Amino acid sequence: MNQLPRTSAFFALQAEVADVLSTEAHLLDDRQYNEWLDFLAEDIVYFVPMQRNVEVGTHAERETTREGKDMHWFEDDKWTLTKRVEQILTGVHWAEEPYSRVTHLTTNTQIVTAEPSVDDATIVEARSRFIVYQNRVEYEEYYFVGKRTDTLRRVDTEIGWELVRRDVTLDQNVLLAKNLTVFL
Amino acid sequence: MSAMGDSGYRSLVDPEGGIVDRSIFVDDQIFNDEQEAVFTRAWLFVAHETQIPNPGDFFVSRMGTESVIVSRDRESKIHVFLNSCRHRGMKVCRYDEGNTTSFTCPYHAWQYGSDGRLLGVPQNLTLYPDLDKSQWPLVEVPQMENYKGSIWATWDADAPPFLDYLGDAKLHLDLTLDGRDGSEGGSEIIAGVHKWIIPCNWKFPAENFLGDTYHNISHESVDLIGIGPSAAAGQKGRRDADIAEYQHVWAAFEGGHGVHSALRPAELGYQPTFRDHPAVEEYYRKCFESREKRLGDAARLVPFVGTLFPNTSYHGGQPRALCVWHPHGPTSTEVWRFFLVDADAPDEVKELLRKYYMRYSGPAGMTEQDDMENWNYATAGSMGPVARRHPFNYQQSMHASSWEGPVAGQVSTQISEQNPRRYYEAWAAYMDGQSWDQIYSLGQQARGNGR
Ligand code: FES
Ligand SMILES: [Fe+2]
Repeated sequence: MNQLPRTSAFFALQAEVADVLSTEAHLLDDRQYNEWLDFLAEDIVYFVPMQRNVEVGTHAERETTREGKDMHWFEDDKWTLTKRVEQILTGVHWAEEPYSRVTHLTTNTQIVTAEPSVDDATIVEARSRFIVYQNRVEYEEYYFVGKRTDTLRRVDTEIGWELVRRDVTLDQNVLLAKNLTVFL
Repeated sequence: MSAMGDSGYRSLVDPEGGIVDRSIFVDDQIFNDEQEAVFTRAWLFVAHETQIPNPGDFFVSRMGTESVIVSRDRESKIHVFLNSCRHRGMKVCRYDEGNTTSFTCPYHAWQYGSDGRLLGVPQNLTLYPDLDKSQWPLVEVPQMENYKGSIWATWDADAPPFLDYLGDAKLHLDLTLDGRDGSEGGSEIIAGVHKWIIPCNWKFPAENFLGDTYHNISHESVDLIGIGPSAAAGQKGRRDADIAEYQHVWAAFEGGHGVHSALRPAELGYQPTFRDHPAVEEYYRKCFESREKRLGDAARLVPFVGTLFPNTSYHGGQPRALCVWHPHGPTSTEVWRFFLVDADAPDEVKELLRKYYMRYSGPAGMTEQDDMENWNYATAGSMGPVARRHPFNYQQSMHASSWEGPVAGQVSTQISEQNPRRYYEAWAAYMDGQSWDQIYSLGQQARGNGR
């Protein structure tokens, strides 16, 4: 497993990162999209591959679509994510007009690596689990559930960190939703 | 009890009057009837050969509501099998893709080869001393066609051969499958098939891809912000304006197929399309020039969108893809989209296209999200008893078609609902169990009637 030692500095850092992820969730759920964009690093990679049903022994090779090569749900840079926000804010993006009601639950947050060290970390990799609930118009309900691995960089902002990379494993094969207008 | 009335399905579709009954988009019985009448007869797209390049490769696909295995056997021959065990129907393969020498059924372990033959039955000698295994292979389609790498199949042994089935729509499918430099075939699938569920009847999207240019307005949000390959250079819109100056044509063909393509005016040269990416622009300019040399005047025709009856659509330019609208329920459609690129395109071209396709298409695509919303609520808004009393209007450009247009088929040079009128007429003929000859003479009859 090779995990970081569970020192008090580790737990303090872990709590800090969990708090950052909760803040981010609030920005999204509160529709503060431009503030959310500010939380994303200029060089962010937002990656949501697709998941296949494959035979045991072939998962490494076939289960997940490959970054930089295959089609995915998302392999976005900051420009593209900014376009997504701009589109929602046009007021004529019918898939989000009227707005959906969305709640992000993030949990199981754990620091996986901290550079240069847990005591003075400027880059951390954290894994977590999420449930994103979307209620749309009257009767539509979607649950997006999965795993995140985030890379965060310490910066001089109110939040104190920016998101450099997000790897999302969305636990669906055929997407059981008509759209992915929510950010995972 | 069917909703079709006494005079068959044709009573629900009036191509002369431009009227289509809403029940065909929401009714349970009609949906059930479609599975037999349409989806066991028509040619359906199932896979692309570049998804199964090696012997033993397989890709699990769908035909209508049923699962099929597209398998390349050990001799490299491609087969399409019903994914259902001959013993008790267990799905013999529950993987999306892979490579195997055989398919062993999880239930009682009957074992089938990659060529579909029944190879083994547990305790065969004791329990089935007289079993003739040659009589119990996986059920295979009677007709399969590998057309420029795209694999199609039909359950109807009497269906016309694939190219006859396409008729004059072939040219437009060619424009989609052929190289950007005009060379034949040579396209490949980018790995990763988008699969998702839309709460709509499958015919809404199929119809949309017949060339519903009238719905451009619903994409205003993405047009305002600009997401094309020249967006950073200030170009607004979903895609670049590469065919803005072209003569657009909407063409309907025998068999219910309909396309929207475009003709470049003879004096017009290459239209810059990738201004944010000079190297890619250069590549496409060269492709344009090669295509001109290779095809001459024929190079003026370029593809946009089309639907090949009943449920395979294409985007022929950007974002280039084949799309299947699988019937999943009367008000549920499972979409599979396969993205295409020229196999010999440079890596940076493929990379740019891959990223563009992703931000344009599918459930996370900024353009298509608004389509999904429309098809969802057009279906929802048609379900009630009062809604069903009021048929849809298909009277757009009713008398604006010609049979002597710039391309073959019945052609409109203005935005038109001619293609859906012909599509639903063919749909009704399938549903009423008409012969192939009858289905494939509807266009001639329409022409004879001055329609
Ligand atoms: S169902 Fe396949 S072996 Fe019995
Ligand atoms: Fe559209």
